[in-house]
Amino acid sequence: MEDLKKELKVKIIEVLNLEDIELSEIGDQDALFGDGLGLDSIDALELIVLMDKDYGIKLSDPKEGREIFQSIETMAAYIAAHRTK
Amino acid sequence: MNTSTVYISHWCSIEAGEIKRNGEILFSKESEEIELNDLLKAYYREKNISYPKFFKMDTLSKLAFIGSEVLLENIELEKPNLDVGLVLSNSNSSLESDKNHCESISDKDNFYPSPAVFVYTLANICLAEISIRHTLQGENAFFISEKFDAETMWNYTQYMFETNRVNRVICGWVDYLDGGYKLVFYLVEKQGNKQHTIEELQNIFN
Amino acid sequence: MKKVYINKANCFSPLGFGINDTWNAISKGDSGIRKIEKLGEIEDFCAGIFKENIIEETFAHLNLDSNTYTRLEKLALITLNPIVEKGLISSRTALVIATTKGNIQELEKGNLNGASISLLASKITTHFGFKNQPIIICNACVSGLMAVATAKRLIQMNQFEDAFVLALDEITPFVVSGFSSFQAMSKEVCKPFDKSRTGINLGEAAAAVYVSKEIKNKDSFEILGEASIADANHISGPSRTGEGLYLSIQSALREAEISSQNIDVVSAHGTATLYNDEMEAIAFDRSGLAEKPVHSLKAYFGHTLGAAGLLELIVLMESLKNNKTIISKGFEELGVSIPLNITTSIIEQDLKIGLKTASGFGGSNTALLIKKVLENEY
Repeated sequence: MEDLKKELKVKIIEVLNLEDIELSEIGDQDALFGDGLGLDSIDALELIVLMDKDYGIKLSDPKEGREIFQSIETMAAYIAAHRTK
Repeated sequence: MNTSTVYISHWCSIEAGEIKRNGEILFSKESEEIELNDLLKAYYREKNISYPKFFKMDTLSKLAFIGSEVLLENIELEKPNLDVGLVLSNSNSSLESDKNHCESISDKDNFYPSPAVFVYTLANICLAEISIRHTLQGENAFFISEKFDAETMWNYTQYMFETNRVNRVICGWVDYLDGGYKLVFYLVEKQGNKQHTIEELQNIFN
Repeated sequence: MKKVYINKANCFSPLGFGINDTWNAISKGDSGIRKIEKLGEIEDFCAGIFKENIIEETFAHLNLDSNTYTRLEKLALITLNPIVEKGLISSRTALVIATTKGNIQELEKGNLNGASISLLASKITTHFGFKNQPIIICNACVSGLMAVATAKRLIQMNQFEDAFVLALDEITPFVVSGFSSFQAMSKEVCKPFDKSRTGINLGEAAAAVYVSKEIKNKDSFEILGEASIADANHISGPSRTGEGLYLSIQSALREAEISSQNIDVVSAHGTATLYNDEMEAIAFDRSGLAEKPVHSLKAYFGHTLGAAGLLELIVLMESLKNNKTIISKGFEELGVSIPLNITTSIIEQDLKIGLKTASGFGGSNTALLIKKVLENEY
């Protein structure tokens, strides 16, 4: 699980172009949206692509996405339970 | 027609590795071969601009964004601002991002179109990035022309002054494709040294 | 400034060719939207796509070489042809073109140069013999409406005497895959402003008008006022307060020197996405338009992108001409936070002034007011 969380942080920094953010600055429980990393609606859509491309998880309901993308921890837990690749 | 007399108060350009403002070189990289992205990022770092969204932009928007930072340096604008117009143009629309989006959909076994790429496949997004940065809620338009159309830019800008829709307009050209680029921005307002004329626009552009 | 009038119009969409067919189809409640099994890699969605061969067949009437023009260029020539009369193009006539993606199909074929929007415009210019460089507007989904406003402004500035305005876009795997990545596309016919809305349908069309300083016939319309003001909020999502649209409507009203109470009917953008519809409802309410008859045309031909503003303006002109409101197809139960007067039945009443709005990516908005020319003005 720790490896998956770290992997996710690396991917998020890369995919969402968070150029000035260090790996260590993202806490497992930090909010990804809103005041946390300041991600927006396009980032959320981009995370949906990431889930599909890297883990074979298809999300189509944006409300579902909101729950899953709360933090690195919630994302990792969902991926661990649902990944197909 | 009673044509309002307005002026070009400041202008800037980004071309061949050089960033100029009012004709003077502000920033340059020794090698003309420097990639545009690196040049823009170097300027961003040097000026300590703090705007994380910059890194999410496509190259055309990064170019327009830095162009507006250069043009508006030391100019205080109210936020929100209802009186600043924004009129930009180019020749290659958003073709660079179009190419990237096309690539992401060309392989059916690796078909993952990216919303963050697709959103930049419209030429006017680079204009939107500037309006968001400065909360410019004024008139705006994006034109495409093979070459810089000084006559249309002049008329469109004059129109906005003559109908009292603006007290300043950010105008210009921002083009990027396949590594080639050119940006020329100028600020039109009620005071300044150069009169806003078609000839002057051509001078600044060339 | 001088008044500017819309004198002639034509349109071509999956709903029909020409204004009469389009208006009749809308009056009957027809829709040009159909189920698409697959386009590119995207499966199972609804869109307003032309039936196969219909563009080719219509183009054949022009007796031109079919191999010289792309599908979109054919659509352009077919649509503009009926309103361009020989002798009407002078050295002071402009061609204003609006498109978001032009010949983007060419890029998908690996032909980068062929995807150039200025090349598309120059082919149309050459075909009709326009004497000036074309003016091209590429401003997301407000392009078509902004092109009319631009033609008006440049005529008022005396850069031109008159102008032909052409707005067009086609459905391609490029746009379908992009909108699909935004999770915005509906599998059913869209339901603008409705509680059970399911997202947008894309569409394709071309629309054209002839604009000049003079009233050329009794069916002309005066462009009373217009404005294009951005939200400055987000590059894809509309403003939650409808700021840019509200400011655009206010600025257009100021130019027209009328109040919102003088507006008889509103043709909204109405894409049937939650954020767009809600944004418009707020902007209309703030503008004092909540009680005015409002319709969206998206369930008739889909969201035709750069063509939408002009195509829908032309339909609004028909509504005013016929003194009949348009049913906002797909609407049953209010799905926005502000009670709007969405049209659910055709009402016959005296209609003089219409407001057309459009909004799009980049937080762009355009509002344009038209007024039916009275018989004694002609």
